[in-house]
Amino acid sequence: MFQIRLHGRGGQGVVTGAEMLSVAAFLQGRHAQAFPSFGSERTGAPVVAFCRIDDKEIRLREPIMEPDALIIQDPTLLHQVEVFSGLKQRDGYILINTSRSFEELGIGEFVSNFRPERLCTVPATELALKHVGRPLPNAALLGGFAAVTGLLSLDSVAAAIREKFPGKVAEGNVAAATAAYDIVKQEMKEAAVHAQTD
Amino acid sequence: MLKQIEGSLGVAEAVALCRPEVICAYPISPQTHIVEALGEMVKAGALSPCEFINVESEFAAMSVAIGASAAGARAYTATASQGLLYMVEAIFNAAGLGLPIVMTVANRAIGAPINIWNDHSDAMSQRDCGWIQLFAENNQEALDLHIQAFRLGEELSLPVMVCMDGFILTHAYEQVNLPTRGQVDAYLPPYEPRQVLDPKEPVSIGAMVGPDAFAEVRYLAHAKQMQALELIPRHAAEFRQIFARDSGGLVREYRTGDATTIVVALGSVLGTIKDTVDEMRGEGHRIGVLGIVSFRPFPLAEVRRILQPAQRVVVLEKSLAVGIGGILSANVRMALSGVQLHGYTVIAGLGGRPITRKSLHRLFREAERDELQPLTFLDLDWNLVNRVLEREKQQRRSGPIAETILRDVGVVRVA
Repeated sequence: MFQIRLHGRGGQGVVTGAEMLSVAAFLQGRHAQAFPSFGSERTGAPVVAFCRIDDKEIRLREPIMEPDALIIQDPTLLHQVEVFSGLKQRDGYILINTSRSFEELGIGEFVSNFRPERLCTVPATELALKHVGRPLPNAALLGGFAAVTGLLSLDSVAAAIREKFPGKVAEGNVAAATAAYDIVKQEMKEAAVHAQTD
Repeated sequence: MLKQIEGSLGVAEAVALCRPEVICAYPISPQTHIVEALGEMVKAGALSPCEFINVESEFAAMSVAIGASAAGARAYTATASQGLLYMVEAIFNAAGLGLPIVMTVANRAIGAPINIWNDHSDAMSQRDCGWIQLFAENNQEALDLHIQAFRLGEELSLPVMVCMDGFILTHAYEQVNLPTRGQVDAYLPPYEPRQVLDPKEPVSIGAMVGPDAFAEVRYLAHAKQMQALELIPRHAAEFRQIFARDSGGLVREYRTGDATTIVVALGSVLGTIKDTVDEMRGEGHRIGVLGIVSFRPFPLAEVRRILQPAQRVVVLEKSLAVGIGGILSANVRMALSGVQLHGYTVIAGLGGRPITRKSLHRLFREAERDELQPLTFLDLDWNLVNRVLEREKQQRRSGPIAETILRDVGVVRVA
C-alpha cells in the first residue's frame, strides 16, 4: 500500500487534490481511498487530506500517520505544522509547491538523508495562475506527483482532472499539471546527474 | 458500473435508482452532500415523478416524510446528530404508524460539547424507537443497504435507518459498483402500501388506542421486527443473485472459525479491526471479528451461535451509555445469557477520535491476557481527566468543563 498525505490551507483545493489522486489511481485499475481530515475547515486554516493506493481492497480507516509521500501545497506550513510527522525516512517522497529550493526553505539539513531524486519542488501556484488564472495549485501538483513517483501516468492524472472540472477549467489545469510534470522530470534528471558527479 | 466517487454521491445514486417519490430534508453535516446531489437530480428532472420538498427543520422533514408515506409515496430523508434528535417525536410516530420511510443517518456525535465528528451516539439514542437500523461497513455496503432498506421496510411496513459513519464514509472517495436501473427494478417491486390516505376510501392513520389494545399494537411492532430477522438474510441472498455480491444480512463473520477471542463492532471501524486481526493472525493469534449489520432487530440467536465457542468477547463501540458503559455490549450480553465468557466493553472513537491499528493491537493483546478492565476507554488521556477532577475538588467555581479542558490541551489560551 502506498500512502500520500497532502498539506495545504483551506481554499487551496487540498481535499479535491486527494480525491483526484484517488480517481487517477482508480483509472489505472488500482484500489484507492481518499478522505479529508475532518474538521471545521476555514479559508486559510491548515488542512490535511489523505490518499491510499493499493492492489487490493482498502479497509483501513485510520488517518495516514506514516506516509510514503507528502504533497505540500503551501510552504508557509513547513514551520507551523508538523508536516513531516511519520514520513518514511530516506525512501519517502516530498513534493513542495514553491519556486525556492529545500535549502532556501530552511529544511536542507532535514532532508539530507533522503534520496535526492525523491525531493522535488514545483512552482504550482504560478503554473496555475498562468494556465488557469487562479492560484489553485492542486492539479499542477498532481502532475508533479506523477513525475516524481512514477506511480501514476500523466494521462490518468489528466483524466481525473477532467472528471472533476468542466471544459476550459479542466484544460487549464491539465496544462498546469503537464508543465509541472515536465519540470519535475527535469529536476529528477538533474538530481541523478548530480548524484553521479558526487 | 465501477466508479471512484464520494460515499455520499454513491448513496444518492442508489436512492435515485430506487425511484423515490418524495425527498424531504434539512441540511446538516455530514449528511448534506447526499440530499444536495438528490436535489440536483430532481431539479434536472432525472427522478421524475419525484418531488423534493425543502423544509424548515428536521422535525418538519420527518413530518413531511410521514405525510408523504401515508399518502402512498415512497419517501426518503437523511440527517445526523442534533438533526436526528430534533426529529425524535416524529421518528417514533413514523415507526408506531408503520410507515416505511427510508432515512440515512450519517453518524455523528451529539453535543454538548458541540462536536461535528463521527461516532454512533445519534443512531444509538434512537435504538428503541421502532425503526430497523442497519449499519454499513464501507461505501459499497452503504449504497446497497439503501436498496435493501426500501425492499425490507415496504414489505414489513416499517421505517428503516441506514447508518453510515459520517465523514469516514460519507466524505471518502472509494470505488463502488453502481447498480443498473434494471437490477434495482428486478429487486425492488413498486411500493404497495398496507395503508393509504385515500379520499375515496377514508381511514384514519394514527387513531388513539387506550389501555385495552395499546400493548397489542406495541407487541405487533415487535413481532414485525422479529419477522425482519427472517427477511433480512433472505433479502441478502436475493440481492446476491441479482447484484452478484454480498451485502447486508444480519451479521458478518470474519476468521471466527477457531477464534478464542472475538471482537464485535458496527460500521466502518470493522475494516481497521480486520486489518489488525489479519496482522495478529499472521503471528498466530486466534482472533476473529463479528460485524453486526442489523442492530435493530438485534440478531440474538446468530450472535450467540457465533460467540459461544470463543473464550472471550471484546465489544468495541463508538457510543457511551453514560452511567453504565456500553450499548452494543449490553445487547451482546443479552445474547450470551447463561454463557460463561470473559466479556469486555471498549468505548472508542468518540467525537471523531481516530481508532488506529496501533491502539487496537495493544487493546486486543491485553484482552487476550485477560488484563483488560471490564469497561475500557480506548486511548483516554487520564492526565486531562484527572486535572479536571482535581480542580473540581479544590475549587467550587471550577468553570465549564469543555473550556477548561481545551485550556489544558492548549487549544484555547488564557488571555
